[in-house]
Amino acid sequence: MATESQDLADIVQRKYAHGFVTDIEQDTVAPGLNEDVIRFISAKKGEPEFLTQWRLKAYRHWLTMRAPDWAHLNIAPIDYQAISYYAAPKNADDAPKSLDEVDPKLLETYEKLGIPLHERARLAGVAVDAVFDSVSVATTFKTKLAEAGVIFCSFSEAVQNHPELIKKYLGTVVPVRDNYFAALNSAVFTDGSFVYIPKGVRCPMELSTYFRINAANTGQFERTLIIADEGSHVSYLEGCTAPMRDENQLHAAVVELVALDNAEIKYSTVQNWYPGDEEGRGGIYNFVTKRGDCRGVRSKISWTQVETGSAITWKYPSCVLRGKDSVGEFYSVALTNNYQQADTGTKMIHIGENSRSTIISKGISAGHGQNAYRGLVRIMPTAAGARNYTQCDSLLLGDQCGAHTFPYIESRRPDARVEHEATTSKISEDQLFYCRQRGLTEEDAVNMIVNGFCKEVFKELPMEFAVEAQNLMNVSLEGAVG
Amino acid sequence: MKAMLTIEDLHVSVDGQPILKGLNLTVAAGEIHAIMGPNGSGKSTLAQVLAGKEDYEITSGRVTYRDQNLLDMLPEERARAGLFLAFQYPVEIPGVNNAYLLKAAVNAKRAARGEPLVDAFEFMQLVKERMAQVEISQEFLHRSVNEGFSGGEKKRNEILQMLMLEPELAVLDETDSGLDVDALRIVAGGVNSLRHPDRSMIVVTHYQRLLELIVPDRVHVLANGQIVKSGDKELARELDERGYDWVRTELAATPT
Repeated sequence: MATESQDLADIVQRKYAHGFVTDIEQDTVAPGLNEDVIRFISAKKGEPEFLTQWRLKAYRHWLTMRAPDWAHLNIAPIDYQAISYYAAPKNADDAPKSLDEVDPKLLETYEKLGIPLHERARLAGVAVDAVFDSVSVATTFKTKLAEAGVIFCSFSEAVQNHPELIKKYLGTVVPVRDNYFAALNSAVFTDGSFVYIPKGVRCPMELSTYFRINAANTGQFERTLIIADEGSHVSYLEGCTAPMRDENQLHAAVVELVALDNAEIKYSTVQNWYPGDEEGRGGIYNFVTKRGDCRGVRSKISWTQVETGSAITWKYPSCVLRGKDSVGEFYSVALTNNYQQADTGTKMIHIGENSRSTIISKGISAGHGQNAYRGLVRIMPTAAGARNYTQCDSLLLGDQCGAHTFPYIESRRPDARVEHEATTSKISEDQLFYCRQRGLTEEDAVNMIVNGFCKEVFKELPMEFAVEAQNLMNVSLEGAVG
Repeated sequence: MKAMLTIEDLHVSVDGQPILKGLNLTVAAGEIHAIMGPNGSGKSTLAQVLAGKEDYEITSGRVTYRDQNLLDMLPEERARAGLFLAFQYPVEIPGVNNAYLLKAAVNAKRAARGEPLVDAFEFMQLVKERMAQVEISQEFLHRSVNEGFSGGEKKRNEILQMLMLEPELAVLDETDSGLDVDALRIVAGGVNSLRHPDRSMIVVTHYQRLLELIVPDRVHVLANGQIVKSGDKELARELDERGYDWVRTELAATPT
């Protein structure tokens, strides 16, 4: 380790020689992207050489790629040289050991956002790994998890403490060359979460991470890796909020899930990043690659997402159903209001025998929102007896918005059973009048109908998350009627 | 006697087509009024206008409900002020469960009146009692509002909502249409149980048979957008025997 650190120090020194402006002591790197910046990030985080090289390989490949343009999205060009690729919170060196040590200002912000972090952690028995900007500032319930043998920590810590697991699994679900944004993330990711559930362990609590984007002009490139070893079980919650801001911000996360024999991973997301104002100015670009690999027999991965935020969402949490009898699920609610755009869905790749998948997608468009479902169900020749059920419903509020459905089905098995159902509906004047005649305001009536529409997905969420999701829908629909 | 509702010279058009043409009606507190009349006479328009449906253009007239200008109020304000419409065609709301809507409705009214909100326990007690009264099985609570309900079930569900909300003024828009004898008896039983000196009802119907069970204080005949004849419950019987043509003929004979 000592020599490795020395090497890193050398590398950093070399940067200065090359006229690289960023001081290693500095908390933020100047905007721009090149190999030096990547080496800086890697050095700053004290990473082993294999990871530095992995990042550089990703970066070099990224340079040869073009941003995808097939989505039903209107994206203003992104200047990748205008983004700063590293920002650490103040006092990163003396990071708090528990929530008590967390900057009260930060806790206050969480409170304002309606996320009573310590309350939630204490009362609900949820372990929290809060990522504030790019570095973890709070990790709780470590002891209880440690007793069960569960590893739940920031990605950086995992790199330091469990490099063998990182080396074994990182990039095995989402390879560096997978897509433009995944390659970029692989090159410049700063932090994220790491979970390892050992053989036969049922994780004693739901694991939860709240992400926030804070420093201006800082792209966020989280990396999450969850490994459920044989016969284990874990439920992971990811929630996001962001404060008001004016300029577009890029967020390109990568989440990799690995489920081995008889293991189950349930991954739930409530995403509420700043969607831009009513005129469509500002807002987060959320270009995320999420994929789960059902690597073992009877393994199961279940994605549940509630997407209400971001100016643009480009996201397809997917399952590779490699194991025999493996199960993939995708439950999604995506809401676009004002000028928000979403192109989201899933991929279910059936490789294993008798693999099964379920897709329930609920898209809600209001204002000038554009909402596209894009889903692929692929049955490979090896997937004898594979089954898929897809249900894809769209709800339109008003006549300025759009709903689009792009289902792709590729079956190479004659015995595959693939079902697809789709509906598009509008909230009718008669429904609203009926509710108003019973004393509900128009807004309450819309919220009630929308929540009813989303019920099948909300019931998949852990309880306290379901309540939060419902509130979030109501807030996100404000001004959508009347 | 104190007036619950006063309608003065009400003119209403739909798509520029006059439907109500100078309608006058006063309903005192505690009274049940029946509005009868042939198809297209404007009965349902009257019911919808009272509830505040926006597709109707009110060209002139005044409607006073418990000393308030009803036409100035939003539909939900009217509901919270105690005006209830039992719909002729209750709409289906997929995904929204019956219990949820009922509780939201009860609480909207309570909140507007500064009363404590109903809690889950109190609500369940109340709703079970009322459901028994209209002979609706409890599984309906957890079904989506009106979705997959038969015509009779929808009507009974309207009466259930009415029983829960205990309105000051209930307007029943052809609640009897499409009901068999048993359902009719159940619906009438629910309505009669709400009879109270501080509560009024307007029963819009085609047929006299409902008025055998819900005995009105006054019966009005609506024809061509106006109330052309008023009387007591005997008028309903007479109409049933002699048909609306009789009223028309009589009208033609007495020039205004």
